[in-house]
Amino acid sequence: MTIALALEQLLNGLQLGVMLFLMAAGLTLIFGVMGLINLAHGSLYMVGAFACATVAAWTGSFWIGLVASLVAAAAAGAIVELVVIRRLYDRDHLDQVLATFALILMFSEGTRWLFGSFPLYLDIPPLLQGAVGLPGGTEYPVYRLAIIAAGALVAFGLYMLISRTRLGMRIRAGESDREMIGALGVDIRTLYTVVFALGAALAGFAGAMVGAIQSVQVGMGEPVLILAFVVIVIGGIGSIKGALLGALLVGVTDTMGRFLLPKLMLLFVPPAQAGMIGGAIASMLIYIVMAVILAVKPRGLFPPAHA
Amino acid sequence: MLTRENLVNLILALGLLAVPLAANALGQPFYITLATRVAILALAATGLNLALGVGGLVSFGHAAFFGIGGYVAGIVAAHNFSGDPLLFGFSGTNQMWIIWIVAVALAGLVGLAIGVISLRTSGVYFIMITLAFAQMVYYFAVSWPAYGGEDGLSILVRNQFPGVMTMVPLNYFLICYIILLLGIALFAILRASRFGAALQAARQNEVRVATVGIQPYRIRLTGFVLSAMITGLAGALFADLNRFVSPSMLSWHMSGELIVLIILGGTGRLFGPLAGAALYVAFEYALGGVTERWQFFLGLILLLVVLFARGGLLGVLAGKARHG
Repeated sequence: MTIALALEQLLNGLQLGVMLFLMAAGLTLIFGVMGLINLAHGSLYMVGAFACATVAAWTGSFWIGLVASLVAAAAAGAIVELVVIRRLYDRDHLDQVLATFALILMFSEGTRWLFGSFPLYLDIPPLLQGAVGLPGGTEYPVYRLAIIAAGALVAFGLYMLISRTRLGMRIRAGESDREMIGALGVDIRTLYTVVFALGAALAGFAGAMVGAIQSVQVGMGEPVLILAFVVIVIGGIGSIKGALLGALLVGVTDTMGRFLLPKLMLLFVPPAQAGMIGGAIASMLIYIVMAVILAVKPRGLFPPAHA
Repeated sequence: MLTRENLVNLILALGLLAVPLAANALGQPFYITLATRVAILALAATGLNLALGVGGLVSFGHAAFFGIGGYVAGIVAAHNFSGDPLLFGFSGTNQMWIIWIVAVALAGLVGLAIGVISLRTSGVYFIMITLAFAQMVYYFAVSWPAYGGEDGLSILVRNQFPGVMTMVPLNYFLICYIILLLGIALFAILRASRFGAALQAARQNEVRVATVGIQPYRIRLTGFVLSAMITGLAGALFADLNRFVSPSMLSWHMSGELIVLIILGGTGRLFGPLAGAALYVAFEYALGGVTERWQFFLGLILLLVVLFARGGLLGVLAGKARHG
C-alpha cells in the first residue's frame, strides 16, 4: 500500500514540477535576455486559466479553450511589454519590482471586475478523463499524466526552439550581448516583445492546464509565482536547464515532504504532535532546501557564464 | 538649518500630530486610528528604508519582521491571559515595553539568520531570497495551529503601558507617534554616523569600500539586522493597534506595500516613509470610499509614479535628494 501511495505522490510531485518549469522557463528567459524581473508573471498564468475556462464554457471544448489561453496570455504579454515593460529595461531592479507589483494589483482587481469574485470551473476534457492502474493496485488520473507529458513535450520544444532555430539563435545572442546583436542589425525591440510574449504564453498554458484540476480564481498565480522564483534561484537565474532541474527538485521535494515528514516525525514525537510538526516543517521544506543550496552555491546550481 | 526639505519634514510631522488632535476635539475617533496606522506603517517603512534606501538592499521580505513583531505581541499577551507558561517559566506579560524588547530582539535574531545567508547574494537573487524566507515564515505561521494558524490570533485587551490608558485612541496614537519620531531620529543618527557612511558607500561602490579596509558584508549585515529590528517593533505596535495578528502581516503583499510606501514618499529620504505612509493610507481611504476596486487605481497610480515621478512625494515637494 505504502509503495503505491509513494509512487502516486511522486507522480504528483513530477506534475507540480513540470507546471513550475513552464512558469520558471518564461521568468528565466525574460531575465536572461532582457535583465527584467517580472512579478506579474503569475498574472499571465491567471489570464491563461480564465481565458481557457471562459472559452471552454462558450464553445464546450477544452481544446479550443487551451488555444485561447495561449493566444490570450501571449497577447496580454505583448501588450504589457509594449505599454509598460519596455520602459523598465534600463531601470534598476527596484523599479522593475514595483512596476510589476503594480501590474499585479491591476490584473487581479481588473479580473475581479470582469469575472466577479466567484471561482470558475473548468472540466477535464472527455478524452483525458478516467484513471489508469498503477503497479501496487492504486489508480492515477490520466489527466495528471497528460500534464506531465505535455510539460515534457513543451520542455523539448523549447530546447529545440532555442538550440536549433534562428529565433533561438537570436535569443541566445541576446543573452550574451544585447548591444552587439542590436549593432548587427537585429531588431532588438521586436525580439524583446517576442520573448516576453513567448514567456507569457508558457505561463498561460500552465494556468490553463492546472485550471482543470483546481478552481480558476483571482490570486491563483501568486503561490505558483513564488515557487517559480524559488525554482529559478535554485537553478541559476537565466538558465533553462537550471529551471528544469530546479522545478523537478522543488515539485518532488514539496510533495514528498508533505507526504513523508509527518510519518517520519512519528518516530520521534507522539502521534498527536507528529502531524502538526511534520506539516509545519513540510510547508517550509523547499525554502530550507533553497537556503542550503544558496549557502553552498550563492548563484544557484547552473549560474550563466556571463554577467 | 531650515532648508526646503526640513520645512516639508516639519509640516509632515506636525500634520500627523494635528489630525488626531483635531479628530479628538471633534469626537471622530476613526481618524485617530487612521493616523495611528500611518505612524506605525511609517515606522515599519523607516526600518526598511535603512536597508533599502541607505544600503541599497532591496529586501522583499520585511513582512517577516513586521509579522514576527506582531506575533510576539499576540503570543505573549495570549499566554499572559491564559496563564500557560511560554518558555523558561515565563508566562507572558501585558506590559508593552517588555513586549517591545522581545519583539525587537526576536526580529533582530531572525534578521541575522536571514541576512547571513541572503547577503551572500546580491541583485535579483537577494530580492527573491528575502521573499522566499519571508514566505517560509508565512507558511510556518499558517500551518502551526497552536497560535491560530490561518485564522490569526486576537489580543483580547490592548497591552498596558505604565501610567497610560492605552485603550484611549489618542493615548495610543501618542505612544506610536513618539516611537515613530524616535525611530526617525535613530535613522538620522545612523545615516550620519561612520557606519551610515560606510553603508551608503557599500551601495555606491563595493570595491572601493573593500579597498579602504571595510568589509561590505559586515556593514550590510549590521544594517539589515538594525532594519529588521525597527520593522519588528512596528509590527508589535500594529498588532496592538488592531488587537489582532494574522499571517497576512507576514504575506508578500505586506513586503510589497512597505517598499511601495518608501517609493511613494521618496527613497532614502528621512521623512520619505512618513510621506509615503500618509499618502498610501489617504489613497486607501479616499479611493476605498469611492470604489471597491480601489486596488486597481492604487496599482495605476503606483505604476505612474514608478514610470514618471521617480523622486516620490518628497521629490515633488522638496526637490531632488542631495545624495545619489
